[in-house]
Amino acid sequence: MPDLLIELFSEEIPARMQARAAADLRRLMTDGLVEAGLTYDGAAAFATPRRLALRVDGLTDESPTRTEERRGPKADAPEKAIDGFLRSTGLSRDELEERDDKKGRVLFATVTHPGRPAADIVAEVLERTIRNFPWPKSMRWGDGPLRWVRPLRRILCILTREDGVEVVLLDVDGIAAADVTEGHRFMAPGPFRVTGFGDYERKLKRAHVVLSADERADAIWQGATNLAFASGVEVKEDKGLLAEVAGLVEWPVPLMGRIEDRFLSLPPEVLQTSMREHQKFFSAADRTGRITHFVTVANRDTADDGATILAGNGRVLSARLADAAFFWENDLRVAKAGMDEWLAKLANVTFHAKLGSQADRIERIAALAREIAPGVGADPDQAERAARLAKADLASEMVYEFPELQGVMGRYYALEAGEPEAVADAARDHYAPLGPSDTVPTDPVTVAVALADKIDTLTGFWAIDERPTGSKDPYALRRAALGVIRLVLDNRIILPLWGPMRSGFSAYGLAQPDPNDPEDFSGMAEPANLEAFLHDRLKVYLRDEGIRHDVIDACLTGDRTDDLADLVSRARALNAFLATPDGETLIQLYRRARNILTQAEDRDGVEYSYGAERALAETAEERALFDALDAASPAIDAALGAEDYAAAMAALAPLRGPIDAFFEAVQVNANSPSIRRNRLNLLSQIVRTAERIADLSRVEG
Amino acid sequence: MPDAPDAPRSFQDIILRLQAYWAERGCAILQPYDMEVGAGTFHPATTLRALGPVPWTAAYVQPSRRPTDGRYGDSPNRWQHYYQYQVIIKPSPPDLQELYLGSLQAIGIDMALHDIRFVEDDWESPTLGAWGLGWEVWCDGMEVSQFTYFQQVGGHDCRPVSGELTYGLERLAMYVLGRDDGNAMPFNAPDAPIPLTYGDVFREAEAQYARWNFDTADTAMLEGHFRDAEAECRRILDQPADDPRTGRRIVMAQPAYDQAIKASHLFNLLDARGVISVTERQAYIGRVRALTKACADAFLKTPAGGWEAA
Repeated sequence: MPDLLIELFSEEIPARMQARAAADLRRLMTDGLVEAGLTYDGAAAFATPRRLALRVDGLTDESPTRTEERRGPKADAPEKAIDGFLRSTGLSRDELEERDDKKGRVLFATVTHPGRPAADIVAEVLERTIRNFPWPKSMRWGDGPLRWVRPLRRILCILTREDGVEVVLLDVDGIAAADVTEGHRFMAPGPFRVTGFGDYERKLKRAHVVLSADERADAIWQGATNLAFASGVEVKEDKGLLAEVAGLVEWPVPLMGRIEDRFLSLPPEVLQTSMREHQKFFSAADRTGRITHFVTVANRDTADDGATILAGNGRVLSARLADAAFFWENDLRVAKAGMDEWLAKLANVTFHAKLGSQADRIERIAALAREIAPGVGADPDQAERAARLAKADLASEMVYEFPELQGVMGRYYALEAGEPEAVADAARDHYAPLGPSDTVPTDPVTVAVALADKIDTLTGFWAIDERPTGSKDPYALRRAALGVIRLVLDNRIILPLWGPMRSGFSAYGLAQPDPNDPEDFSGMAEPANLEAFLHDRLKVYLRDEGIRHDVIDACLTGDRTDDLADLVSRARALNAFLATPDGETLIQLYRRARNILTQAEDRDGVEYSYGAERALAETAEERALFDALDAASPAIDAALGAEDYAAAMAALAPLRGPIDAFFEAVQVNANSPSIRRNRLNLLSQIVRTAERIADLSRVEG
Repeated sequence: MPDAPDAPRSFQDIILRLQAYWAERGCAILQPYDMEVGAGTFHPATTLRALGPVPWTAAYVQPSRRPTDGRYGDSPNRWQHYYQYQVIIKPSPPDLQELYLGSLQAIGIDMALHDIRFVEDDWESPTLGAWGLGWEVWCDGMEVSQFTYFQQVGGHDCRPVSGELTYGLERLAMYVLGRDDGNAMPFNAPDAPIPLTYGDVFREAEAQYARWNFDTADTAMLEGHFRDAEAECRRILDQPADDPRTGRRIVMAQPAYDQAIKASHLFNLLDARGVISVTERQAYIGRVRALTKACADAFLKTPAGGWEAA
């Protein structure tokens, strides 16, 4: 049972691709080996900046021999047919067997496929894997046709057995597999041979290469936190950066340096972003949270313990931060003057070719924020002001340099401009929530601006017919819709969205809504479509809460479907009610009543909705049902009036017994036409009562 | 830094060492292209010669102009006129990384003391219709070079692939010479009879160009020049391959490409004057790309581009 070791040694592999590539190598190789009839005990893959490696332990020595029986032509078939069969099976005539068949004597061949040695299979599967490797981006080099992520230099491929090492024979466009690899580019240059995984890993470490990415990441984090401890600071955790840096080095050596004092007054987000994005440094903060140190990770030991490297990195950082400080000072000057310069500049920045400039957009968002403000408990003037300033930082030099600081800088600049905290917070937070798990803003001014921003985006892209299709959503409209939903629900806002949505559309000149006609969307192809989109996103969002999509459909009745909070409380109440024994039974009884009723209506061509008369009731069960319906009605009215949907559902519960008894004892289709009509009208009353709360016909059973 | 007694002492020393190093490795040492370009890649020795099957190897300094980077000579590390050192070898040799690292040693970077890293950087030039994969090379956290394997130029697949190295000379020199202020670094030997700094040579001109680039250039005239260059490029390429005077086949790829270079630089000047909106920008880039693409097509019909008489 040999162990297999493969290493694909190349020029530097992008850090972000390494983990995925290791997993792909493992999957493609093991799948291919198994498909070819080999089995194995275990496999593990590794990646460093210069190599992908795979160990497969306990591989079978060869694939099993397989026999296959094949039916040929009849024994008396023409010679040509028999020759063809012999050729295809590789057998001679006397190796065939004759058997009786329904059709007469027929020839049968037993073909034996001998097992193949593991080395042959490995060579074949590895070559296929290399040629078809799913790199996100690959390239050619020199004058060869081979593609790899960067030039492939060596292939190591060996089978290790107790009695020795077998190099797998393989040549991919002039790169012959061998038992040779290289160590660290600078600390241990030159090739060496290996005999198996253990030997490989040991010799690599001796040659200053840590094979495992996790081990490198641990070493970096351990080293960084130790250095920080010694300097009385704390490294800011950054898992993404840690994984990236672990993919940039084979021999990690963390080094800590101090940021020059003249830069310590920069906002911490600026320091951290500049260091992370440009230099891939970790930030370290003192006890007050002020970022004072950086950690860089070198790829080697040096005779001066990294002093030259650290000094160089420090100088690069200072040059970078000098740029940042220059932007910050220029920006502060504009901010202190009220940011008008930026707002003017945004008039020349296109938001979208069909949706005007950023300034146009800000104008629309400001109007929407003012309109929404009262509904979310914000001061309209403040909401409008906040909306006007919230995107001003997009024209700042700092955000031009670091787009990811949008909003964060906006808050600093708004405060510098003398704006109140609520306005400044809106600049920072109005982009949120940016996904299902992002924090939802709660400050009313921010909520108004955040809603206005998202509704402007949705109506705008709807108006120019740029809607998400399938997996394509280039303007993140699904996220915007989810943002609206989460803002409304998490803040328990009672806000019919039609109002702002209509204003949004009309701001694009597409509708001139008649204030008296809430359904007026003249100029829009499918006006209600955006609401349906919001409802679809709502269904997706509530699925996690266990609320069925058909329950939400059932609640999409009446003229308040744009009030998401109301819609969701109805859906929650109905969902809960349907899970109770009363609810389960009542929905069955409702369906039975409705089926009888619609069948009768279809047959008779009339609608039974005139109201049943108690006087025509013949049985005690009918009278009891009348009593129950009479009692339920005011209770439902009261509950609906108070928007207490759980209570409204509860008010239906007492109907269960009487309806059940009615169906048990009473024949609806009575002989007397007047009694039959009255009973159908009574069923109609049950159905209409039940449907006052939701369109139960949409509930799936 | 500097690390060793024989370390370079001036900006020009670094250039001379790079020239000597790459000359020893067999590169043709060319002179800068005599036109205004934004980067060394624009030199026909790179853009055009990367096309087609004919082997090629060259190294040269290319003065480059990026009008928007002008800082009136006040910035310690940004100038609208700067130098790139460019190496191009087709097909890319298997030891190009090692050759490159050798060049760093040649300019005095001690590999035993410094941390050299190859960090992913995909290169793309929208105006050249070109892209490649490679790295930015970091020395102690500072980007000192671009290292690219060309995959496409002018919309054509590169077969074979050229390896391209671009050194940002000012930044590299500041690092090697241990200077934070580029204007203060010695241009010639510090103990020369007339020692000159980089600032002595360029600082005043930087202010003059910044003023012209940002505020003075006549935009209507620049727009006219752009249109003229575009039209002339097209007209050159529209000529029949056979020259009526000599009766020889002469496809004028490079004269046409000169006009494309001109258009590209005029676009950069207009951009610096702030008269190009975001939407227009894309349109201008598309127009320049269409020109370079047409020139690339034409170059492939020349002997240097691999064309052979049928």
